[in-house]
Amino acid sequence: MQKKPKLSAIGAKLRKKHILAAFVAIAVGLVWLVPFLGVVMTALRPSRDVIYGWWRPPFLFTTDNLFRAWTHPTASLATGLRNSAQMAFFATILPTFIASLMAYGLARLRFPGRGPTLMTIGLLLAIPQQMVAWPVFQLLHRMGLLNTLTGLILVHSAWALPWMVFFLRGFIETLPIELEEAAVIDGAGRFRTFFFIVFPLMLPALASAMVLQFTWAWNDFFMALVLVYDPKRMVVTQQIPLLRGQYHVDWGLLSAGALLAMLPPLLVFIFLQRYFVRGLVGGAVK
Amino acid sequence: MRRFKARWREWGAALVFLGPGLVLLWLFVIWPALQTLSLSLQDRTGFVGLTNFRHLFSLPAIVNPQRFLRQEPPWGALFHNLVWVFIHLPITVGLGLVLAVVYARVRRWWVGLARGALFLGIVTPMIVGGVIIRYLFEGHSGIIPQLLGTLGLGRPWSSGWMAFPETALLGLILGSIWLWTGFSMILHSAGLSAIDPELFEAAKIDGASTWAEFRYITVPLLRPVTFVVAVMTFLWELKIFDIVYVATMGGPGKASTVLALEMYLATFRSLDPYRGAAIATLITAFSLPLGYWFATRRLRR
Repeated sequence: MQKKPKLSAIGAKLRKKHILAAFVAIAVGLVWLVPFLGVVMTALRPSRDVIYGWWRPPFLFTTDNLFRAWTHPTASLATGLRNSAQMAFFATILPTFIASLMAYGLARLRFPGRGPTLMTIGLLLAIPQQMVAWPVFQLLHRMGLLNTLTGLILVHSAWALPWMVFFLRGFIETLPIELEEAAVIDGAGRFRTFFFIVFPLMLPALASAMVLQFTWAWNDFFMALVLVYDPKRMVVTQQIPLLRGQYHVDWGLLSAGALLAMLPPLLVFIFLQRYFVRGLVGGAVK
Repeated sequence: MRRFKARWREWGAALVFLGPGLVLLWLFVIWPALQTLSLSLQDRTGFVGLTNFRHLFSLPAIVNPQRFLRQEPPWGALFHNLVWVFIHLPITVGLGLVLAVVYARVRRWWVGLARGALFLGIVTPMIVGGVIIRYLFEGHSGIIPQLLGTLGLGRPWSSGWMAFPETALLGLILGSIWLWTGFSMILHSAGLSAIDPELFEAAKIDGASTWAEFRYITVPLLRPVTFVVAVMTFLWELKIFDIVYVATMGGPGKASTVLALEMYLATFRSLDPYRGAAIATLITAFSLPLGYWFATRRLRR
């Protein structure tokens, strides 16, 4: 008879703790949602209704802003999105393949200079893009690849390699080596072993690497800003500042552009969240 | 002899596996970085030693110690980056840790949805993040000045933050907290789920309070993760560019400029690649030691 109220008191205390945690969790989520909501609302409402704040009624919706951004005369998002999609697609496929080769070589082969190579690639992780901007600009100019998506794809591919190699190498080292040894005993060479045994086993890690790299290539602004200047070839992130307008900011147009530009990485994240998070965690912590 | 041959074959295989990647890295990362380093020691006439760097430290756009002491921005890009680190690093790292614990406590689908809002910052292109930040602090249509005005605060808090030197940098930094906290939270969450739950149960049986549990189990066991997050946050803050470019372009009057933006302006607007290279080298000098630590730590595993 004496124990009962005591137990329920503990229960109440626990529940109270959880209520507090749930309250904090929801409040923080809302605070984080508001800035994003502002852009969505401004993109979808008539400009004259949001001059004094997107949170004020009446809530009438229009696709006018989206249409204006899509068909903008100097920075048409239709063109920018297509360029971004092309660029990000190839800037994902190419480095993923090359990095998986490198990662396998560094994880399984023994050769002179392996340690220094790994160390160098590790150091490259910390180099900022600013450190290469001017020489890369000149190099692409000499190669005739300045102001082309091909040039941008090559640069993004090279920049993706260090983290991808580290991430994939870490993954390969967790694979049981017995499978590969069995393949070698059966007479398979290094390349057959890689393509038929290791590569298929790497698929989950490759998916993570690709999801992350697609997002980063899509989201990049600096390299595109430096290397592409023809309005017809610009990627979507470059077009955002151009939508701002010369004398006053057209927030409806700018928000519509922002919404369209962030939609693809957002969708990739929503549908492939598991791979995204795994890549982020694996790439950073391991 | 056969062993010798096998070894040669292994080396040949290594060349094929590593070759394409090493060529790309050499062309677009290593060689350009070395060229930038060499440019930073030159001007149009040739080798000048450290003159470019000495010159940098006398440029008000890079360092402006007098104004820093008077606490009136602009303080110069280098100080702005340091202030950025000083405010942004502890808040994002700490908040991410606390939120990871909070979100681990309540497992309901609607709490998961709220947690999802924090991911928005990581997924959004930084350039869009800059637009969102600018909009947050806009004069008439921005929610933060309107809110502060309702609370009775005067200028510049209740007007467009980005238009005033006192508030532009602070606004950008607060906005970048919005963008980055999710990253810190994700990594801490992953670290948290790797902790043996028996430890928490044992603590509960011993009657440990929530605070004690957090202070003596969660924080110490997550320390390696926290350290990694702090390092990556620092590297992110050093090369911050997109959000400043689109939200303020470093203005008003250089009050919110940062090193990466000054590098871009020097190289591609003023067409002075030597000064640009010196700024780039300065950024790299800050980040490379951490990169070295990071690389050795990963290779030890």
